[in-house]
Amino acid sequence: MKLKKVYLDNAATTLCDKRVVDAMIPFYTDKYAVASSDFSHSPGIEAKEALDKAREDIANKIGAKFREVIFTSGATESNNVAINGIAMANKKKGNHIITSSVEHRSVKEAIEALEKEGFTVTWLPVSKGGFVSVDDLKKSIKKETLLVSIQHANQETGTVQDINSIGNICHKKSVFFHTDAALSFGRIPLDVKKAKVDLLSITAHKIHGPKGVGALYIRDGLGIVKCMYGGFNEFNKRAGTENIPGIVGFAKAIELIEPNEIKYIEKLKERLYDGIKKELDAVQLNGNQKDTLPTILNLTFRFVEGESVILHLDMRGIAVITGSACFSRSLEPSYVLKAMGLSHEEAHGSIRFSFSRFNKEDEIDYTIDAVVNVVKKLREISPITPDN
Amino acid sequence: MPLPYSEKVLEYFKHPKNVGKIENPDAKAKEGSPACGDMVTLYLKVDEKTKRITDIKFESFGCASNIATGSIITELAKGKTLEEAKKITWKDASEELGGLPPVKVHCSVLAVDVLKAAIEDYEERHGLVKEHVKTTKEIVLKRLKHVMNPIVGLDIVKTNIVNDVNVKEGSISVSMGIPRDNQFSKNIEEEVKERLKRLWDIKKVEVTFDEE
Repeated sequence: MKLKKVYLDNAATTLCDKRVVDAMIPFYTDKYAVASSDFSHSPGIEAKEALDKAREDIANKIGAKFREVIFTSGATESNNVAINGIAMANKKKGNHIITSSVEHRSVKEAIEALEKEGFTVTWLPVSKGGFVSVDDLKKSIKKETLLVSIQHANQETGTVQDINSIGNICHKKSVFFHTDAALSFGRIPLDVKKAKVDLLSITAHKIHGPKGVGALYIRDGLGIVKCMYGGFNEFNKRAGTENIPGIVGFAKAIELIEPNEIKYIEKLKERLYDGIKKELDAVQLNGNQKDTLPTILNLTFRFVEGESVILHLDMRGIAVITGSACFSRSLEPSYVLKAMGLSHEEAHGSIRFSFSRFNKEDEIDYTIDAVVNVVKKLREISPITPDN
Repeated sequence: MPLPYSEKVLEYFKHPKNVGKIENPDAKAKEGSPACGDMVTLYLKVDEKTKRITDIKFESFGCASNIATGSIITELAKGKTLEEAKKITWKDASEELGGLPPVKVHCSVLAVDVLKAAIEDYEERHGLVKEHVKTTKEIVLKRLKHVMNPIVGLDIVKTNIVNDVNVKEGSISVSMGIPRDNQFSKNIEEEVKERLKRLWDIKKVEVTFDEE
């Protein structure tokens, strides 16, 4: 059989669309001037127009105003700037932060750093499906609460939080609300005004845009500490020469999202899940059937270890990842899966498949065959069986 | 990141030798636990007269280094006498495999340990333990190094969760520095008892937890 290359790690990053690259190239080779707001020279004005247009497009996409979007190097920076920026600018208002136990590392570690600086933090648990309880969140808001940071969708399981309810609660209680929408942006409806968010992080490379570009939505009038000194760029919030080719690519990637693409991706996910379930016992879904991203499927194959599974799949040309400790540098299994109540053994056998519009149905069928084959083979040599 | 494994490791991982069970084995042993992410069982058939290993099989719930090491040590041990097989080390296995990544030492050591444990099992079952050394705290600690602490995936001695060990008149008491309501306390207790109960001069093994 011919070896196929099947990339199913689209929650990590995606292929940069050729049309995005084409849109970017002129801004390296031809229109390469620095964007300038005051008149300097024509190329500078041209660059500024491109920057403005991209900002306008992205603002429109999330229901924000032009002035409410600043460009960053990606969601990790956006998360750091949002959390640090709001905490440092509002220390007097309070020192309590509420977040969940399944956030992306860039949120988790930024908040842990503040914890060391003297902030108190409530790490909300999640249900088996990965959901934060909105009631619990409401109850944990106190007088000193400054910020709530809850992700829109989870990076490992795709579980989607009810950010509209959370945002409304925060708004009523006058608490700042930040959400990390790196995985959900461009995939499911997202409107900053509806969700009443104060800060929102997004990134380009997960929607077939270039790497190294992201954006942070900062609600009008919200004060955050300037995150980079050295100029007035990005409404005096982040100094430095703008990555115009990247930003143009980001806007192009958004423009290229087709209305039907999500339905198509959802079908791929269902096809893979159904195909695997038909052939294998003891497969469990990590996450939830409803309120989940169509782009992510996280499964545990009982009685086998994830690193062995992904290595076998890699030899067959299939790229996926596992929550197994053997795969991580820390030798610790995924904290997200553990927070959802999975045992170590269940986390060790977890595999994340994540899809994009570039995946094809025959790739899914090839993957089903490979997964079934590999898991059966590994179960044959496993000392763990359903009986022990 | 390129794969951290040598071609030989990958070859054994793809096509492991001597995998499976042996019905009515003369000896068997288990190392690791599912909670740690690695577990190996090993089965032996031994010729009673010559004490040669006539058949050997292993099962693995583990990563590539675990499977490859299990495969190589069973190949190395097959046909050897128990005394010869005892001398197989992790270094031998690693050399045969063209090196193992440092981060994977723990997973591959298990496969070597399980061979030693199976040989011990055979000797204990067949009354071959020649010198009955009196069990001491050191001997107990040495055995406890084979019990994994699933919280971090390293052994319970190295991770300092064994507070104290007392050996007195045929009974051992191990006090653990984790509370009983820890999710792994039961798992650890069973493993500790399993490791210690076969010591020839021990009749009782007791495990206590913090604040008991």
